[in-house]
Amino acid sequence: MPVKFEKASDGRYLLDVQGYVCPHPQIYTKKALEKLRPGEELDLLFDNPSSGESIIAMCETDGNEITEKGQQEGNVMRWRIRKT
Amino acid sequence: MSEVAEEGGAAQVLSLAEKHNALRAWSVLGFFVLVSLATFISDQRYVYLSAYLWFGFIYGMALQYGRFCMASAIRDLFAVGVPRMAVGIMIAVVLFSLVAAYVTAVGKSTFHPSPIGAYSVVGGFIFGVGMVFTGGCASGSLYKTGEGSVAALLVVLSLSFTQALFVGAGGWLNHLVPTTWTASAAAKSLPAAVSATNGWYDQFLAGYVWDLSATTMAKVTGLTEPFVAAFVGNSLLNSVLPALFLLAVIYARWYRKGYLRGKQQQYMGLQTELSGFWAMLTASRRTAIAGLILGIAAGLHMWVMQGLQQRFGIMNAGELLVAMGHTQGLSIQDTIFDPGYFYVTTQEAQGAAWVLARGGMNMMDNVFLGLDAGIPNPLINPVLWMSFALVGGSAVMALLHNEFKLKFPSLEIATWAILGGALMGLGARVGLGCNIGAFFATVTNGDPSGWLFGLGMTFGGWLGVKFFNWWIERRMAKEAGALDL
Repeated sequence: MPVKFEKASDGRYLLDVQGYVCPHPQIYTKKALEKLRPGEELDLLFDNPSSGESIIAMCETDGNEITEKGQQEGNVMRWRIRKT
Repeated sequence: MSEVAEEGGAAQVLSLAEKHNALRAWSVLGFFVLVSLATFISDQRYVYLSAYLWFGFIYGMALQYGRFCMASAIRDLFAVGVPRMAVGIMIAVVLFSLVAAYVTAVGKSTFHPSPIGAYSVVGGFIFGVGMVFTGGCASGSLYKTGEGSVAALLVVLSLSFTQALFVGAGGWLNHLVPTTWTASAAAKSLPAAVSATNGWYDQFLAGYVWDLSATTMAKVTGLTEPFVAAFVGNSLLNSVLPALFLLAVIYARWYRKGYLRGKQQQYMGLQTELSGFWAMLTASRRTAIAGLILGIAAGLHMWVMQGLQQRFGIMNAGELLVAMGHTQGLSIQDTIFDPGYFYVTTQEAQGAAWVLARGGMNMMDNVFLGLDAGIPNPLINPVLWMSFALVGGSAVMALLHNEFKLKFPSLEIATWAILGGALMGLGARVGLGCNIGAFFATVTNGDPSGWLFGLGMTFGGWLGVKFFNWWIERRMAKEAGALDL
Protein backbone atom coordinates (compact mmCIF):
# COMPACT_ATOMS: atom_id res chain seq x y z
CA MET A 1 0.00 0.00 0.00
CA PRO A 2 1.61 3.31 -1.03
CA VAL A 3 1.85 6.18 1.44
CA LYS A 4 -1.16 8.52 1.46
CA PHE A 5 -1.01 12.17 2.55
CA GLU A 6 -4.16 14.15 1.92
CA LYS A 7 -6.40 16.88 3.28
CA ALA A 8 -9.23 15.44 5.43
CA SER A 9 -10.99 18.74 6.26
CA ASP A 10 -10.06 22.35 7.02
CA GLY A 11 -6.95 22.33 9.18
CA ARG A 12 -6.80 18.54 9.31
CA TYR A 13 -4.68 16.21 7.21
CA LEU A 14 -4.45 12.44 6.95
CA LEU A 15 -1.19 10.51 6.73
CA ASP A 16 -1.62 6.81 6.08
CA VAL A 17 1.58 4.79 6.40
CA GLN A 18 0.04 1.37 7.04
CA GLY A 19 2.27 -1.43 5.88
CA TYR A 20 5.44 0.55 6.45
CA VAL A 21 8.06 -0.51 8.98
CA CYS A 22 10.75 1.54 10.73
CA PRO A 23 11.99 4.09 9.92
CA HIS A 24 9.35 5.08 7.38
CA PRO A 25 6.37 5.92 9.67
CA GLN A 26 8.32 8.23 11.97
CA ILE A 27 10.18 10.01 9.17
CA TYR A 28 6.98 10.46 7.16
CA THR A 29 5.28 11.81 10.30
CA LYS A 30 8.11 14.25 10.95
CA LYS A 31 8.05 15.47 7.35
CA ALA A 32 4.25 15.82 7.38
CA LEU A 33 4.27 17.78 10.65
CA GLU A 34 6.94 20.07 9.25
CA LYS A 35 4.58 20.95 6.42
CA LEU A 36 1.60 21.72 8.68
CA ARG A 37 0.90 25.17 10.13
CA PRO A 38 0.66 25.67 13.94
CA GLY A 39 -2.79 24.65 15.21
CA GLU A 40 -3.42 22.24 12.32
CA GLU A 41 -3.90 18.54 13.04
CA LEU A 42 -2.58 15.36 11.53
CA ASP A 43 -4.50 12.09 11.62
CA LEU A 44 -1.91 9.37 11.48
CA LEU A 45 -2.62 5.75 10.53
CA PHE A 46 0.16 3.22 11.08
CA ASP A 47 0.54 -0.42 12.05
CA ASN A 48 4.20 -0.68 13.08
CA PRO A 49 4.17 -0.71 16.92
CA SER A 50 7.84 0.26 17.32
CA SER A 51 7.27 3.48 15.40
CA GLY A 52 4.74 4.57 18.02
CA GLU A 53 7.40 4.89 20.73
CA SER A 54 9.55 7.04 18.46
CA ILE A 55 6.61 9.23 17.40
CA ILE A 56 5.67 9.87 21.05
CA ALA A 57 9.22 10.89 21.91
CA MET A 58 9.52 12.97 18.75
CA CYS A 59 6.34 14.91 19.60
CA GLU A 60 7.57 15.49 23.17
CA THR A 61 10.89 16.80 21.89
CA ASP A 62 9.34 19.02 19.23
CA GLY A 63 6.50 20.20 21.47
CA ASN A 64 3.67 18.81 19.32
CA GLU A 65 0.67 17.35 21.11
CA ILE A 66 -0.80 13.89 20.59
CA THR A 67 -4.48 14.54 21.31
CA GLU A 68 -5.91 11.12 20.50
CA LYS A 69 -4.52 7.62 20.55
CA GLY A 70 -6.87 5.07 19.11
CA GLN A 71 -6.41 1.49 18.04
CA GLN A 72 -8.49 0.02 15.26
CA GLU A 73 -9.10 -3.57 14.32
CA GLY A 74 -6.00 -5.38 13.09
CA ASN A 75 -3.60 -3.48 15.37
CA VAL A 76 -3.85 -0.33 13.27
CA MET A 77 -3.07 2.78 15.30
CA ARG A 78 -5.04 5.97 14.59
CA TRP A 79 -3.45 8.94 16.32
CA ARG A 80 -4.22 12.63 16.10
CA ILE A 81 -1.36 15.09 16.50
CA ARG A 82 -1.78 18.85 16.86
CA LYS A 83 1.08 20.97 15.64
CA THR A 84 1.96 23.67 18.16
CA MET B 1 -28.00 3.41 23.08
CA SER B 2 -26.77 1.80 19.89
CA GLU B 3 -23.34 3.43 20.41
CA VAL B 4 -23.16 1.89 23.86
CA ALA B 5 -24.11 -1.47 22.40
CA GLU B 6 -21.45 -1.10 19.70
CA GLU B 7 -18.83 -0.16 22.28
CA GLY B 8 -19.83 -3.15 24.39
CA GLY B 9 -19.56 -5.41 21.34
CA ALA B 10 -16.12 -4.02 20.46
CA ALA B 11 -14.94 -4.60 24.03
CA GLN B 12 -16.16 -8.19 23.85
CA VAL B 13 -14.34 -8.72 20.55
CA LEU B 14 -11.16 -7.26 22.05
CA SER B 15 -11.52 -9.40 25.16
CA LEU B 16 -11.96 -12.50 22.99
CA ALA B 17 -8.91 -11.53 20.93
CA GLU B 18 -6.93 -11.02 24.13
CA LYS B 19 -7.92 -14.49 25.33
CA HIS B 20 -6.88 -16.01 22.02
CA ASN B 21 -3.56 -14.18 22.14
CA ALA B 22 -2.92 -15.32 25.70
CA LEU B 23 -3.64 -18.91 24.67
CA ARG B 24 -1.26 -18.63 21.71
CA ALA B 25 1.41 -17.10 23.97
CA TRP B 26 1.13 -20.01 26.41
CA SER B 27 1.29 -22.44 23.48
CA VAL B 28 4.55 -20.93 22.24
CA LEU B 29 5.99 -21.04 25.76
CA GLY B 30 4.74 -24.61 26.17
CA PHE B 31 6.46 -25.63 22.93
CA PHE B 32 9.85 -24.47 24.16
CA VAL B 33 9.29 -26.08 27.59
CA LEU B 34 8.41 -29.30 25.80
CA VAL B 35 11.53 -29.13 23.62
CA SER B 36 13.72 -28.60 26.69
CA LEU B 37 12.09 -31.38 28.68
CA ALA B 38 11.90 -33.95 25.87
CA THR B 39 15.50 -33.45 24.81
CA PHE B 40 16.68 -33.48 28.42
CA ILE B 41 14.91 -36.78 29.05
CA SER B 42 16.48 -38.28 25.90
CA ASP B 43 19.98 -37.06 26.86
CA GLN B 44 20.81 -34.80 29.81
CA ARG B 45 23.56 -33.13 27.80
CA TYR B 46 20.88 -31.30 25.81
CA VAL B 47 20.74 -28.94 28.78
CA TYR B 48 23.68 -27.15 27.09
CA LEU B 49 21.44 -26.35 24.11
CA SER B 50 18.53 -25.50 26.37
CA ALA B 51 20.66 -22.95 28.22
CA TYR B 52 21.14 -21.09 24.95
CA LEU B 53 17.45 -21.53 24.25
CA TRP B 54 16.20 -19.97 27.48
CA PHE B 55 18.60 -17.06 27.38
CA GLY B 56 17.45 -16.49 23.80
CA PHE B 57 13.87 -16.57 25.04
CA ILE B 58 14.64 -13.94 27.70
CA TYR B 59 16.46 -11.78 25.14
CA GLY B 60 13.46 -12.01 22.82
CA MET B 61 11.01 -10.99 25.54
CA ALA B 62 13.18 -8.09 26.69
CA LEU B 63 13.92 -6.86 23.16
CA GLN B 64 10.23 -6.86 22.24
CA TYR B 65 9.14 -5.32 25.53
CA GLY B 66 11.55 -2.39 25.17
CA ARG B 67 11.40 -2.31 21.34
CA PHE B 68 15.13 -2.60 21.77
CA CYS B 69 16.89 -2.07 18.48
CA MET B 70 20.32 -0.70 17.61
CA ALA B 71 19.05 0.53 14.24
CA SER B 72 16.41 2.53 16.05
CA ALA B 73 19.02 3.95 18.44
CA ILE B 74 21.18 5.43 15.70
CA ARG B 75 18.48 6.13 13.14
CA ASP B 76 16.02 7.89 15.45
CA LEU B 77 18.75 10.17 16.75
CA PHE B 78 19.71 11.36 13.29
CA ALA B 79 16.33 11.07 11.57
CA VAL B 80 13.85 12.41 14.10
CA GLY B 81 16.00 13.60 17.02
CA VAL B 82 14.70 10.96 19.45
CA PRO B 83 17.33 9.69 21.92
CA ARG B 84 15.30 7.13 23.91
CA MET B 85 16.76 4.00 22.31
CA ALA B 86 20.35 5.25 22.28
CA VAL B 87 19.89 5.94 26.00
CA GLY B 88 18.48 2.45 26.56
CA ILE B 89 21.41 0.87 24.76
CA MET B 90 23.89 2.80 26.92
CA ILE B 91 22.05 1.72 30.09
CA ALA B 92 22.30 -1.89 28.92
CA VAL B 93 26.00 -1.43 28.10
CA VAL B 94 26.76 -0.15 31.61
CA LEU B 95 24.79 -2.93 33.34
CA PHE B 96 26.10 -5.73 31.12
CA SER B 97 29.65 -4.49 31.71
CA LEU B 98 29.21 -4.59 35.49
CA VAL B 99 27.79 -8.12 35.47
CA ALA B 100 30.41 -9.20 32.90
CA ALA B 101 33.15 -7.71 35.10
CA TYR B 102 32.04 -9.84 38.03
CA VAL B 103 31.79 -12.95 35.85
CA THR B 104 35.29 -12.26 34.47
CA ALA B 105 36.76 -11.53 37.90
CA VAL B 106 35.62 -14.89 39.27
CA GLY B 107 37.00 -16.67 36.20
CA LYS B 108 33.66 -17.66 34.67
CA SER B 109 33.76 -15.62 31.47
CA THR B 110 33.49 -17.21 28.04
CA PHE B 111 34.46 -14.02 26.24
CA HIS B 112 37.33 -13.78 23.73
CA PRO B 113 38.33 -10.31 22.47
CA SER B 114 38.44 -9.59 18.75
CA PRO B 115 41.56 -8.33 16.95
CA ILE B 116 41.90 -4.56 16.78
CA GLY B 117 41.86 -3.23 13.24
CA ALA B 118 40.26 -0.94 10.67
CA TYR B 119 38.11 -3.84 9.46
CA SER B 120 35.79 -3.22 12.44
CA VAL B 121 35.04 0.32 11.25
CA VAL B 122 34.49 -0.83 7.64
CA GLY B 123 32.28 -3.75 8.69
CA GLY B 124 30.32 -1.56 11.09
CA PHE B 125 29.81 1.04 8.37
CA ILE B 126 28.36 -1.46 5.86
CA PHE B 127 26.23 -3.00 8.60
CA GLY B 128 25.02 0.45 9.70
CA VAL B 129 23.85 1.45 6.22
CA GLY B 130 22.09 -1.90 5.85
CA MET B 131 20.26 -1.74 9.18
CA VAL B 132 18.80 1.67 8.39
CA PHE B 133 17.55 0.35 5.04
CA THR B 134 15.87 -2.65 6.70
CA GLY B 135 14.55 -0.80 9.72
CA GLY B 136 16.07 -3.20 12.22
CA CYS B 137 19.45 -4.43 13.40
CA ALA B 138 20.25 -8.16 13.52
CA SER B 139 18.66 -8.74 16.94
CA GLY B 140 15.92 -6.23 16.15
CA SER B 141 14.97 -8.11 12.99
CA LEU B 142 14.72 -11.34 14.98
CA TYR B 143 12.40 -9.86 17.59
CA LYS B 144 10.30 -8.17 14.90
CA THR B 145 9.99 -11.57 13.19
CA GLY B 146 8.47 -12.70 16.47
CA GLU B 147 5.95 -9.86 16.20
CA GLY B 148 4.80 -11.36 12.90
CA SER B 149 6.71 -9.11 10.51
CA VAL B 150 7.46 -10.98 7.29
CA ALA B 151 9.66 -8.04 6.25
CA ALA B 152 11.88 -8.70 9.29
CA LEU B 153 11.97 -12.39 8.38
CA LEU B 154 13.17 -11.40 4.90
CA VAL B 155 15.94 -9.36 6.54
CA VAL B 156 17.02 -12.38 8.60
CA LEU B 157 16.97 -14.66 5.55
CA SER B 158 18.82 -12.15 3.39
CA LEU B 159 21.60 -11.56 5.93
CA SER B 160 21.87 -15.31 6.56
CA PHE B 161 22.23 -16.38 2.94
CA THR B 162 24.45 -13.42 2.04
CA GLN B 163 26.87 -14.42 4.78
CA ALA B 164 26.80 -18.09 3.79
CA LEU B 165 27.55 -17.29 0.16
CA PHE B 166 30.08 -14.54 0.92
CA VAL B 167 32.35 -16.56 3.22
CA GLY B 168 33.16 -19.04 0.46
CA ALA B 169 33.04 -16.74 -2.56
CA GLY B 170 36.12 -16.71 -4.77
CA GLY B 171 36.31 -16.05 -8.52
CA TRP B 172 36.64 -12.36 -9.36
CA LEU B 173 36.69 -11.49 -5.65
CA ASN B 174 40.14 -13.11 -5.47
CA HIS B 175 41.42 -10.25 -7.62
CA LEU B 176 40.52 -7.82 -4.83
CA VAL B 177 42.75 -9.60 -2.32
CA PRO B 178 46.06 -7.86 -1.48
CA THR B 179 49.04 -10.11 -2.21
CA THR B 180 50.20 -9.72 1.39
CA TRP B 181 46.98 -11.40 2.59
CA THR B 182 47.45 -14.29 0.17
CA ALA B 183 51.07 -14.78 1.22
CA SER B 184 50.21 -14.65 4.90
CA ALA B 185 47.27 -17.06 4.47
CA ALA B 186 49.49 -19.48 2.52
CA ALA B 187 52.21 -19.31 5.18
CA LYS B 188 49.80 -20.64 7.80
CA SER B 189 49.70 -24.06 6.10
CA LEU B 190 46.03 -24.60 6.77
CA PRO B 191 44.38 -27.87 5.70
CA ALA B 192 43.87 -28.02 1.93
CA ALA B 193 40.16 -28.77 2.45
CA VAL B 194 39.48 -25.17 3.48
CA SER B 195 41.38 -23.71 0.47
CA ALA B 196 42.64 -20.74 2.48
CA THR B 197 44.15 -18.97 -0.54
CA ASN B 198 41.00 -19.19 -2.63
CA GLY B 199 38.27 -16.80 -1.60
CA TRP B 200 38.21 -13.20 -0.44
CA TYR B 201 36.95 -13.92 3.04
CA ASP B 202 39.34 -16.85 3.58
CA GLN B 203 42.31 -14.61 2.87
CA PHE B 204 40.78 -11.72 4.82
CA LEU B 205 40.60 -13.96 7.89
CA ALA B 206 43.75 -16.05 7.56
CA GLY B 207 45.94 -13.42 5.90
CA TYR B 208 44.83 -10.24 7.64
CA VAL B 209 42.61 -10.57 10.73
CA TRP B 210 44.57 -13.39 12.34
CA ASP B 211 47.73 -11.31 12.11
CA LEU B 212 46.21 -8.53 14.20
CA SER B 213 46.37 -8.62 17.96
CA ALA B 214 43.43 -8.70 20.31
CA THR B 215 43.36 -7.20 23.75
CA THR B 216 41.16 -5.91 26.52
CA MET B 217 41.35 -2.61 28.35
CA ALA B 218 42.44 -4.47 31.48
CA LYS B 219 45.51 -5.73 29.63
CA VAL B 220 46.21 -2.34 28.04
CA THR B 221 46.25 -0.67 31.45
CA GLY B 222 48.40 -3.44 32.94
CA LEU B 223 45.95 -4.17 35.75
CA THR B 224 46.43 -7.69 37.05
CA GLU B 225 44.37 -8.10 40.22
CA PRO B 226 41.26 -9.89 38.83
CA PHE B 227 38.57 -7.66 40.36
CA VAL B 228 40.43 -4.39 39.70
CA ALA B 229 41.24 -5.50 36.13
CA ALA B 230 37.64 -6.46 35.41
CA PHE B 231 35.83 -3.59 37.15
CA VAL B 232 38.27 -0.73 36.56
CA GLY B 233 40.03 -1.81 33.35
CA ASN B 234 37.21 -3.47 31.46
CA SER B 235 34.01 -2.08 32.91
CA LEU B 236 34.87 1.46 34.01
CA LEU B 237 37.34 2.42 31.30
CA ASN B 238 35.89 0.56 28.34
CA SER B 239 32.17 0.72 29.10
CA VAL B 240 30.97 3.00 31.89
CA LEU B 241 33.02 6.13 31.10
CA PRO B 242 32.54 5.94 27.29
CA ALA B 243 28.81 5.31 27.85
CA LEU B 244 28.53 8.28 30.22
CA PHE B 245 30.40 10.44 27.72
CA LEU B 246 28.04 9.41 24.93
CA LEU B 247 25.02 9.98 27.18
CA ALA B 248 26.31 13.48 27.95
CA VAL B 249 26.70 14.17 24.22
CA ILE B 250 23.19 12.83 23.53
CA TYR B 251 21.79 14.97 26.35
CA ALA B 252 23.51 18.15 25.15
CA ARG B 253 22.74 17.65 21.48
CA TRP B 254 19.30 16.01 21.42
CA TYR B 255 17.54 16.19 24.80
CA ARG B 256 18.51 19.33 26.73
CA LYS B 257 16.71 21.88 24.57
CA GLY B 258 13.35 20.13 24.71
CA TYR B 259 13.73 19.45 28.45
CA LEU B 260 14.51 23.07 29.34
CA ARG B 261 11.68 24.31 27.12
CA GLY B 262 9.16 22.08 28.84
CA LYS B 263 10.43 22.82 32.34
CA GLN B 264 8.43 25.39 34.25
CA GLN B 265 10.83 26.02 37.17
CA GLN B 266 13.69 28.50 37.15
CA TYR B 267 17.03 27.37 35.71
CA MET B 268 19.28 26.32 38.61
CA GLY B 269 22.53 25.53 36.81
CA LEU B 270 24.05 22.13 37.45
CA GLN B 271 21.04 21.00 39.50
CA THR B 272 18.73 21.57 36.54
CA GLU B 273 21.16 19.89 34.15
CA LEU B 274 21.43 16.82 36.38
CA SER B 275 17.64 16.68 36.69
CA GLY B 276 17.44 16.85 32.91
CA PHE B 277 20.03 14.10 32.54
CA TRP B 278 18.08 11.87 34.94
CA ALA B 279 14.84 12.66 33.13
CA MET B 280 16.49 11.53 29.89
CA LEU B 281 17.61 8.23 31.48
CA THR B 282 14.12 7.50 32.78
CA ALA B 283 12.13 8.98 29.88
CA SER B 284 11.19 5.60 28.47
CA ARG B 285 10.43 3.18 31.27
CA ARG B 286 10.05 0.21 28.95
CA THR B 287 13.38 0.82 27.22
CA ALA B 288 15.21 1.31 30.52
CA ILE B 289 13.70 -1.89 31.99
CA ALA B 290 14.62 -3.82 28.84
CA GLY B 291 18.17 -2.47 29.05
CA LEU B 292 18.34 -3.59 32.68
CA ILE B 293 17.11 -7.12 31.91
CA LEU B 294 19.31 -7.51 28.83
CA GLY B 295 22.39 -6.29 30.66
CA ILE B 296 21.92 -8.68 33.58
CA ALA B 297 20.83 -11.66 31.45
CA ALA B 298 23.74 -11.25 29.02
CA GLY B 299 26.20 -11.31 31.92
CA LEU B 300 24.58 -14.33 33.57
CA HIS B 301 24.53 -16.11 30.21
CA MET B 302 28.34 -16.20 30.14
CA TRP B 303 28.44 -17.54 33.68
CA VAL B 304 25.97 -20.33 32.93
CA MET B 305 27.67 -21.39 29.68
CA GLN B 306 31.07 -21.47 31.36
CA GLY B 307 29.62 -23.53 34.20
CA LEU B 308 28.13 -26.01 31.76
CA GLN B 309 31.39 -26.26 29.84
CA GLN B 310 33.14 -27.12 33.10
CA ARG B 311 30.37 -29.54 34.04
CA PHE B 312 30.75 -31.45 30.77
CA GLY B 313 34.52 -30.99 30.54
CA ILE B 314 34.42 -29.32 27.15
CA MET B 315 35.84 -26.20 25.52
CA ASN B 316 33.42 -26.19 22.60
CA ALA B 317 29.94 -27.56 21.91
CA GLY B 318 31.38 -29.62 19.04
CA GLU B 319 32.92 -31.97 21.61
CA LEU B 320 29.52 -32.38 23.25
CA LEU B 321 27.80 -33.14 19.94
CA VAL B 322 30.44 -35.77 19.11
CA ALA B 323 29.94 -37.38 22.53
CA MET B 324 26.19 -37.38 21.88
CA GLY B 325 26.73 -39.11 18.53
CA HIS B 326 26.12 -36.09 16.27
CA THR B 327 29.16 -35.94 14.00
CA GLN B 328 27.66 -34.39 10.88
CA GLY B 329 28.41 -30.78 10.03
CA LEU B 330 31.30 -30.27 12.42
CA SER B 331 34.36 -28.34 11.27
CA ILE B 332 37.54 -30.25 10.49
CA GLN B 333 38.64 -29.46 14.04
CA ASP B 334 35.40 -31.04 15.34
CA THR B 335 34.22 -27.62 16.49
CA ILE B 336 31.08 -25.61 15.89
CA PHE B 337 30.31 -21.98 16.55
CA ASP B 338 29.85 -21.69 20.31
CA PRO B 339 30.55 -18.19 21.66
CA GLY B 340 29.09 -18.82 25.11
CA TYR B 341 27.28 -15.48 25.14
CA PHE B 342 24.66 -13.38 23.33
CA TYR B 343 25.38 -13.49 19.62
CA VAL B 344 23.26 -13.23 16.53
CA THR B 345 24.63 -13.47 12.99
CA THR B 346 27.02 -16.41 12.72
CA GLN B 347 24.44 -19.03 13.65
CA GLU B 348 22.14 -17.66 10.94
CA ALA B 349 24.99 -18.01 8.43
CA GLN B 350 25.42 -21.62 9.56
CA GLY B 351 21.70 -22.27 9.10
CA ALA B 352 21.71 -20.83 5.58
CA ALA B 353 24.90 -22.74 4.71
CA TRP B 354 23.27 -25.95 5.94
CA VAL B 355 20.32 -25.36 3.59
CA LEU B 356 22.65 -24.59 0.66
CA ALA B 357 24.69 -27.72 1.43
CA ARG B 358 21.49 -29.79 1.25
CA GLY B 359 21.13 -28.35 -2.24
CA GLY B 360 24.49 -29.80 -3.21
CA MET B 361 26.81 -26.84 -2.64
CA ASN B 362 30.13 -27.39 -0.89
CA MET B 363 29.83 -24.98 2.04
CA MET B 364 32.78 -26.33 4.05
CA ASP B 365 35.62 -25.44 1.66
CA ASN B 366 36.34 -22.20 3.48
CA VAL B 367 38.07 -21.10 6.66
CA PHE B 368 35.03 -19.59 8.38
CA LEU B 369 32.72 -22.60 8.23
CA GLY B 370 35.09 -25.45 7.37
CA LEU B 371 37.78 -24.70 9.94
CA ASP B 372 35.79 -23.10 12.75
CA ALA B 373 32.03 -22.66 12.77
CA GLY B 374 30.87 -25.82 10.99
CA ILE B 375 27.35 -26.27 9.68
CA PRO B 376 25.54 -28.53 12.14
CA ASN B 377 21.93 -29.48 11.52
CA PRO B 378 19.86 -26.47 12.70
CA LEU B 379 17.85 -28.81 14.91
CA ILE B 380 20.94 -29.48 17.05
CA ASN B 381 22.81 -26.19 16.58
CA PRO B 382 22.99 -24.79 20.13
CA VAL B 383 23.41 -21.15 19.15
CA LEU B 384 20.65 -21.37 16.56
CA TRP B 385 18.40 -22.60 19.37
CA MET B 386 19.04 -19.19 20.93
CA SER B 387 17.86 -17.42 17.75
CA PHE B 388 14.76 -19.59 17.41
CA ALA B 389 13.90 -18.98 21.05
CA LEU B 390 14.57 -15.25 20.71
CA VAL B 391 11.87 -15.15 18.02
CA GLY B 392 9.62 -17.24 20.29
CA GLY B 393 10.20 -15.05 23.34
CA SER B 394 9.39 -11.99 21.31
CA ALA B 395 6.23 -13.64 19.95
CA VAL B 396 5.08 -14.45 23.49
CA MET B 397 5.61 -10.88 24.66
CA ALA B 398 3.92 -9.45 21.54
CA LEU B 399 0.95 -11.78 21.97
CA LEU B 400 0.57 -10.89 25.65
CA HIS B 401 0.49 -7.19 24.71
CA ASN B 402 -1.83 -7.81 21.75
CA GLU B 403 0.87 -6.53 19.41
CA PHE B 404 1.35 -9.67 17.35
CA LYS B 405 0.24 -9.25 13.77
CA LEU B 406 1.23 -11.27 10.73
CA LYS B 407 2.21 -8.57 8.27
CA PHE B 408 3.27 -9.12 4.69
CA PRO B 409 5.44 -6.39 3.19
CA SER B 410 4.78 -4.35 0.09
CA LEU B 411 7.21 -4.76 -2.77
CA GLU B 412 9.00 -1.56 -1.71
CA ILE B 413 9.50 -2.72 1.88
CA ALA B 414 10.51 -6.23 0.74
CA THR B 415 13.12 -4.72 -1.57
CA TRP B 416 14.60 -2.63 1.25
CA ALA B 417 14.56 -5.68 3.52
CA ILE B 418 16.46 -7.88 1.07
CA LEU B 419 18.91 -5.18 -0.01
CA GLY B 420 19.57 -3.96 3.52
CA GLY B 421 19.75 -7.52 4.85
CA ALA B 422 22.44 -8.33 2.28
CA LEU B 423 24.45 -5.28 3.38
CA MET B 424 24.03 -6.32 7.01
CA GLY B 425 25.27 -9.80 6.13
CA LEU B 426 28.36 -8.44 4.39
CA GLY B 427 29.00 -5.95 7.20
CA ALA B 428 28.62 -8.62 9.86
CA ARG B 429 31.20 -10.84 8.19
CA VAL B 430 33.70 -8.06 7.56
CA GLY B 431 33.17 -6.73 11.10
CA LEU B 432 33.27 -10.24 12.63
CA GLY B 433 29.81 -9.81 14.11
CA CYS B 434 26.76 -7.61 14.26
CA ASN B 435 25.41 -5.00 16.66
CA ILE B 436 25.43 -7.71 19.35
CA GLY B 437 28.54 -9.83 18.75
CA ALA B 438 30.80 -7.06 17.44
CA PHE B 439 29.47 -4.22 19.59
CA PHE B 440 27.28 -5.01 22.59
CA ALA B 441 29.13 -8.11 23.76
CA THR B 442 32.57 -6.64 23.04
CA VAL B 443 32.46 -3.12 24.51
CA THR B 444 30.96 -4.57 27.68
CA ASN B 445 33.75 -7.11 28.10
CA GLY B 446 36.59 -4.64 27.91
CA ASP B 447 37.29 -5.14 24.19
CA PRO B 448 37.99 -1.77 22.53
CA SER B 449 37.33 -3.22 19.04
CA GLY B 450 33.61 -2.94 19.80
CA TRP B 451 33.83 0.85 19.81
CA LEU B 452 35.48 0.74 16.37
CA PHE B 453 32.54 -1.30 15.07
CA GLY B 454 30.17 1.11 16.83
CA LEU B 455 31.90 4.09 15.22
CA GLY B 456 31.53 2.57 11.76
CA MET B 457 27.93 1.55 12.48
CA THR B 458 27.09 5.11 13.56
CA PHE B 459 28.60 6.63 10.38
CA GLY B 460 26.81 4.01 8.29
CA GLY B 461 23.54 4.74 10.10
CA TRP B 462 23.99 8.47 9.58
CA LEU B 463 24.55 7.97 5.85
CA GLY B 464 21.55 5.63 5.61
CA VAL B 465 19.39 8.28 7.31
CA LYS B 466 20.66 10.95 4.89
CA PHE B 467 19.59 8.74 2.02
CA PHE B 468 16.18 7.96 3.53
CA ASN B 469 15.53 11.63 4.31
CA TRP B 470 16.12 12.41 0.64
CA TRP B 471 14.00 9.47 -0.49
CA ILE B 472 11.05 10.28 1.78
CA GLU B 473 11.24 14.03 1.10
CA ARG B 474 10.92 13.18 -2.58
CA ARG B 475 7.89 10.96 -1.94
CA MET B 476 6.26 13.55 0.35
CA ALA B 477 6.79 16.33 -2.16
CA LYS B 478 4.87 14.25 -4.69
CA GLU B 479 2.05 13.51 -2.20
CA ALA B 480 1.84 17.05 -0.80
CA GLY B 481 2.09 18.67 -4.23
CA ALA B 482 -1.69 18.97 -4.61
CA LEU B 483 -2.21 20.21 -1.06
CA ASP B 484 -2.30 23.81 0.06
CA LEU B 485 0.81 23.53 2.23
